[in-house]
Amino acid sequence: MDLLRFITAGSVDDGKSTLIGRLLFDTKNILADQMEAIEKASKTRNAGEIDLALLTDGLRSEREQGITIDVAYKYFQTPKRKFISIDAPGHIQYTRNMVTGASNADLAIILVDARQGVVEQTRRHSLIASMLGIPHVVVAINKMDLVEYSEDRFLEIAKTYQELAQKLKIKDLKIIPVSALNGDNIVDPSANMPWYKGDTLVSVLENVNVLNDLNLTDGRFPVQYVIRPQTPELHDYRGYAGRIRSGTFRKGDRITVLPSEVSSTIARVEIAGQEVEEASAPQSATLILDDDVDISRGDLIVASEAAQPVVSQDLETLICWMDDRKELKVGSKFTLQHGTSRTRCSVRSIDYRIDINSYEQLEDIDTLKLNDVARVVLRTANPIAYDPYAKNRTNGAAILIDETSNVTVGACMIE
Amino acid sequence: MSLTKEEIQPAKSIERLDYLDQLEAEAIYIMREVAGQFERPALLFSGGKDSITLVRLAQKAFAPAKIPFTLVHVDTGHNFEEAIRYRDELVEKIGAKLVVRYVEDTIKAKGLQEPTGKNASRNWLQTYTLLDTIEEFEFDACIGGARRDEEKARAKERIFSFRDEFGQWDPKRQRPELWNLFNGRIHKGENVRVFPISNWTELDVWSYIKRENIDLPSIYFAHERECILRDGRLLNNTPVIQPDENDQIVTRRVRFRTVGDMTCTAAVESDAATLDEVVAEITISRISERGETRIDDQQTEAAMEDRKKGGYF
Repeated sequence: MDLLRFITAGSVDDGKSTLIGRLLFDTKNILADQMEAIEKASKTRNAGEIDLALLTDGLRSEREQGITIDVAYKYFQTPKRKFISIDAPGHIQYTRNMVTGASNADLAIILVDARQGVVEQTRRHSLIASMLGIPHVVVAINKMDLVEYSEDRFLEIAKTYQELAQKLKIKDLKIIPVSALNGDNIVDPSANMPWYKGDTLVSVLENVNVLNDLNLTDGRFPVQYVIRPQTPELHDYRGYAGRIRSGTFRKGDRITVLPSEVSSTIARVEIAGQEVEEASAPQSATLILDDDVDISRGDLIVASEAAQPVVSQDLETLICWMDDRKELKVGSKFTLQHGTSRTRCSVRSIDYRIDINSYEQLEDIDTLKLNDVARVVLRTANPIAYDPYAKNRTNGAAILIDETSNVTVGACMIE
Repeated sequence: MSLTKEEIQPAKSIERLDYLDQLEAEAIYIMREVAGQFERPALLFSGGKDSITLVRLAQKAFAPAKIPFTLVHVDTGHNFEEAIRYRDELVEKIGAKLVVRYVEDTIKAKGLQEPTGKNASRNWLQTYTLLDTIEEFEFDACIGGARRDEEKARAKERIFSFRDEFGQWDPKRQRPELWNLFNGRIHKGENVRVFPISNWTELDVWSYIKRENIDLPSIYFAHERECILRDGRLLNNTPVIQPDENDQIVTRRVRFRTVGDMTCTAAVESDAATLDEVVAEITISRISERGETRIDDQQTEAAMEDRKKGGYF
């Protein structure tokens, strides 16, 4: 049984919390005491009807305001798969949370209210899903019960969305009519919509193929830590610990260390102290090399025969700015964290800002504010070895750290 | 000491990488990030199954070397003796450094008022001892076994959870945590709590313990025990809990689902005496772990949120 991480994007008004509650409830993942707590809370706040949305409301300040502040994680399983549900708030001021949640997701569920159709928020969520390179998108057209389960309405919205998806180059798209409130097309096919012949939401979640999303060709191994036991019997042991980001590493493979470009051969691949023939993404492994080369945290070990990453100090990036206290300006300096390496960087130029609702490119931009998305050119103090984000989601991503507050202020996708 | 042959499982190729392998790979990655990013990391060890799992993951992350973390145990003085014995044997076996600090000492030194009354527990006072210990040893990172499926506030906490110089968690000002890029940069005096098994569920932990054949303290398995029956819950009959006229002393076949401070950890009736039986029992269980056994979370809807804001782990 494997694991699928999915993000659900939408607002409280689209019935997002109800949808997640429904997924947990219909797959029998709500435990007796949790149900009891919800029943109790429903009684005090609503007219007594059980509110499945309460399952996902976490913090007191969120319950008081009836909104979701932060990314929340829920865990459930069916006989086929384990799921991590990432719940990101839909309000505009929380774009940074959706970017955060989307960065680790295999699949995105984008909620559309059948009465409203594709709205500004749908466009925003879809852009973020596409920008973050989520391989699979499911559009759940919700509240079908409020449009009399109309096939015409469904087809109308689906057509509009497909046009949008084409612009965004969304690869794998499924559109499903649902009612989260009543459970239509969540686990079982809906009796109210016999015209819909496609998969139910849970069936898509259970069967989507994520193995093909892994890049198993380009060997990338950022070194996290050097293991040196320094005991008498392991006096010369020097193991490079890391998690394989893409590709496979085998005993005997030639490797290149970047940015130094030193080469060597893999003498041994270990997992948890035990020798193995090979290890692949996303395994955590330890590599032992033939030669005594100078490698430390921050270096990238690359399979020599694979396509090589770009080594450069000039980065063209798409940045989502996440700080509400400071703005990003030309000349601003940060620490850039890419893989396990950190280097200083400065902003060379802001080429344009992307209006995340209209997708328009706005030029003559001087500063970026919280939740802005823009194309930004960075210059780094030391070269970094990257792959374009579109080709390699793990080796094309970086974060910006403010050098005085130490806060993570930006998400970068290197082009 | 490194892992024994029996403790090492054969590695799997990508086609067979199942959810436990994925969770393990992620946890090992997080452990290594801690070792790579911090100067003085500690691993908070309680003798409970979650922190025992952490120790195994740390051993795997750094094999064949010893784990590069100091084990820290904040002892409320109300711990199960089986858990303490287990702790000492484990530390001996893996050759780790152990620091134990006692809540009792903090109470005396700071003149703290111990909670009184029927369900009085020192559990909350642990925070003071923990913060003092962090200060004493200048720990910049503390690895803990908290899981997001345990509780609502934990479901929203980052894997690298920043704490200010007072140990406080501010849910509204958490650092965005993107991809697998963990930002552990801090100023002196601040620290980061790190939760490598954030994405594990209770069943995942048990399934992993079973798969890895990890030895656990005996109280996790069914045994006869004299208990105090209070409000439908079975508490260990110990001098630190004062029964009153409404309580009954009973002998039941029980096991513990969580192992913490005795004053706030209840037992469950069970016949599950082996790992297989425990996993089977949890698979069909319809009550969550904290709901069944943690008395400290039941007091208000936001009990954990409040404790975390105050520096609790």
